[in-house]
Amino acid sequence: MQDADPAGAVVAFEHVTKRYGGPGTLDAVSDLTLTVPAGEICVLVGPSGCGKTTTMKMVNRLIEPTSGRITIDGRDVMSLPAVELRRGIGYVIQQVGLFPHLTIGENVAVVPKLLKWTPARIRERVEELLDLVGLDPDSHRDRYPNELSGGERQRVGVARALAADPPVMLMDEPFGAVDPIRRERLQNEFLRLQEQVGKTIIFVTHDVDEAIKMGDRIAILQRGGILAQYDTPAAILAEPATEFVERFVGADRGLKRLSLARVRELDTIEPVIVRAGEDRADIRRRLDRVEELTYALLVDDQERPLGWIDQSDLAGSGPIDPGAATPGAPTVQPETTLRDALSALLGSSVQLGVVVDGRDRVIGLVSVDAIGERLRAPIS
Amino acid sequence: MRFGPVDLEWVADNADRIGELAVEHIYYTVVAIGIGLIISLGLALLVRRIPRLYGPVLGVTGMLYAIPSLALFALLVPITGLTSVLTVEIALVSYTLLILTRNIVEGLRGVPPDAIEAASGMGYTPTQRLMRIELPLALPVIVAGIRIATVTTVGLVTLAALLGLGGLGYLIITIGTNRGSFGITATLTGIVLAVGLAVIADLALLAVQRALTPWARRRTG
Amino acid sequence: MDFIGEVAAWFADPTTWSGRNGIPSRLLEHLWISAVGLGMGAAIGLPLGLAIGHTGRGSLLVVSIANIGRAVPSLGLMGLAFLLLLPLGLGVGPFPAIVALTALAIPPIIVNTYAGLRGVDRELIEAARGMGMRASQVIWRLEVPVALPVILAGIRTSAVQVVATATLAGVIGGGTLGELIIIGFNTGDQVRVFGAALVVAALSIVTELGFAALQHAMASPGLRGRPIPPPEDPGQVAHAAGEV
Repeated sequence: MQDADPAGAVVAFEHVTKRYGGPGTLDAVSDLTLTVPAGEICVLVGPSGCGKTTTMKMVNRLIEPTSGRITIDGRDVMSLPAVELRRGIGYVIQQVGLFPHLTIGENVAVVPKLLKWTPARIRERVEELLDLVGLDPDSHRDRYPNELSGGERQRVGVARALAADPPVMLMDEPFGAVDPIRRERLQNEFLRLQEQVGKTIIFVTHDVDEAIKMGDRIAILQRGGILAQYDTPAAILAEPATEFVERFVGADRGLKRLSLARVRELDTIEPVIVRAGEDRADIRRRLDRVEELTYALLVDDQERPLGWIDQSDLAGSGPIDPGAATPGAPTVQPETTLRDALSALLGSSVQLGVVVDGRDRVIGLVSVDAIGERLRAPIS
Repeated sequence: MRFGPVDLEWVADNADRIGELAVEHIYYTVVAIGIGLIISLGLALLVRRIPRLYGPVLGVTGMLYAIPSLALFALLVPITGLTSVLTVEIALVSYTLLILTRNIVEGLRGVPPDAIEAASGMGYTPTQRLMRIELPLALPVIVAGIRIATVTTVGLVTLAALLGLGGLGYLIITIGTNRGSFGITATLTGIVLAVGLAVIADLALLAVQRALTPWARRRTG
Repeated sequence: MDFIGEVAAWFADPTTWSGRNGIPSRLLEHLWISAVGLGMGAAIGLPLGLAIGHTGRGSLLVVSIANIGRAVPSLGLMGLAFLLLLPLGLGVGPFPAIVALTALAIPPIIVNTYAGLRGVDRELIEAARGMGMRASQVIWRLEVPVALPVILAGIRTSAVQVVATATLAGVIGGGTLGELIIIGFNTGDQVRVFGAALVVAALSIVTELGFAALQHAMASPGLRGRPIPPPEDPGQVAHAAGEV
């Protein structure tokens, strides 16, 4: 999943403790030692009060540790002035925190400006980043945050954090403020992004499923800031270290393991793609050639799926009637976990899911049966 | 040309002197607001650092606001002299403090907390954060306060005439000594001009506020 | 300092406390003129504010009143009242002052009453109507009690302004403590000026604190959690009520 040459830095916690009260009070973070390899996503997850956000904030020193050391690529975070440190770390929070009085372009340009980049370089970088997060630079750059939807604002937040190309990124429930459908999309997009940029990311969430989906490694914390287990998602699901971890991960561990596999690992079925105005007899012939399919997929001129056309609509000759298509084909993306895909498919009348890319264009079809087969195979 | 008891010819004849008084009036106002803003900004930043002081600060500025201007002038006179501009200005500045300090504090408190957190997390120094994020976002509320303070001050400057100084109040109190058409004309002219000045100042500041906050005007999404 | 000594001596002097220009006489005059002005202002402002606030129509009127109330200087108001009453032969004595003070008292009361009523949760009103209350009952049993803190804040602002501006009556020969200050100005009697000013200042502070206490006392315990609105400039309240 990672490039040979990750662009991230190694983040290491050495016996880090954060205590707020006097002796006798519960620690916020207790003797935490773990290392996040370069270019990996480490998810900090746990119930409220477990210190996950506190831990994350100690990396950019918004909170100072009571004892212990945090290093980035071997360098102690205390060895720099805090302000300088923060300009080299990307920071994304749940409510995004875009500055309302700056345009999108100006928002993204904040850290580069603080680092005194030349205007030309900044402009180039803003354009690059908006593109990277899926927003058209020309139409978005000069708008203000309150003109954008929640999902768009989330993406600007990520672009802003990436602006100065920091080797480390901190993300605190970044997708928590949007609805589940959009959250899934954002998660997928972010994973695709990470494949390109390969940063070291410390990601905080309270949602175990998000942790399993997003993390290369997961750190499960319990109240009092104690590290219960730190390992890959597969390992944690296969062998939870303590009773707490077992309970936290949930009784449906088997089902959760479906979250470890993704749609792109399945063999896709080539759909019979149909556009408005095509001849019915033609389509019937094409469908007949393919054994497994009894439905054709209607797409628009951008190759986005509109609905299913079945045999009965193909009787006779002449162009097909687009209105006859049954809409609501469930769509999934290559990064969608098998678990989410299964969920989506079970709810539809046609047991086929349409796999689309980042621009919603059709890539292929997956079936419930294929997922079932994958379930039966050993999870690696 | 007469307009009832009002003698418009007199107004035309004395336009120069009236203009002078108007300019004086504006000058007193601008000085008071300017100094008031500086002091209030200082007080607001103090309250920002030590929130417990908000109550006492409001209390003191509130008391100052409650004291009638005439009395405040009178109390200052032994210290600063009867016909001194300083007397007037100290009193005028005192009256602006309540509204300006309160609006600056509330304006700063109204800045979205997530913007402030993001700013710190991204590496702004505290001063940069204040100047580039917090104050700009607090601007609408601050300017609203400046508008109110300015209109109030324009009204209060009329009292400078009682101390023998200039300003449009000089025209207004003419009715006290002259009950004829001359007095009526002069007094009315003074009132109309004072009100006019206040309205113009208010609208001008509103325009400034609109110009400084382009993001508040657009709304979609 | 000598001056302080002189002022103290002035206060100690019994003549200061006697006669038409004595403190008690002028103070009383100040108080009753203020009371009448405030009372009449409330008599006009409260019903109007209630009517406009309850129905919600006429907000433009309220905003205009607020703006005018802000822009017209109190000295100008006094002068204007004097001007208008002169030809009617009522330019003498306290009348112009009372008229001016009434006009001055109205804006804060109307604006706050309107804003207070508008601020009552619409759902509460619907619930009341649903229970069968008539309009007048909704006003008196629900809207007014809930809006009371804001209404009282308006009265307080008005009272403080009226007491302060009553001082200016002295400029047009209307009496009050202001007359003492003006006499002092005219005769160059600095001690009298200062002493009278002290009394005025004390009076204003007492008025301010007194009404604040009244506000606190009269708010229903159920509403006590909410912050008591500070002396609002009518303009600011109108601003909050939806002015541009």
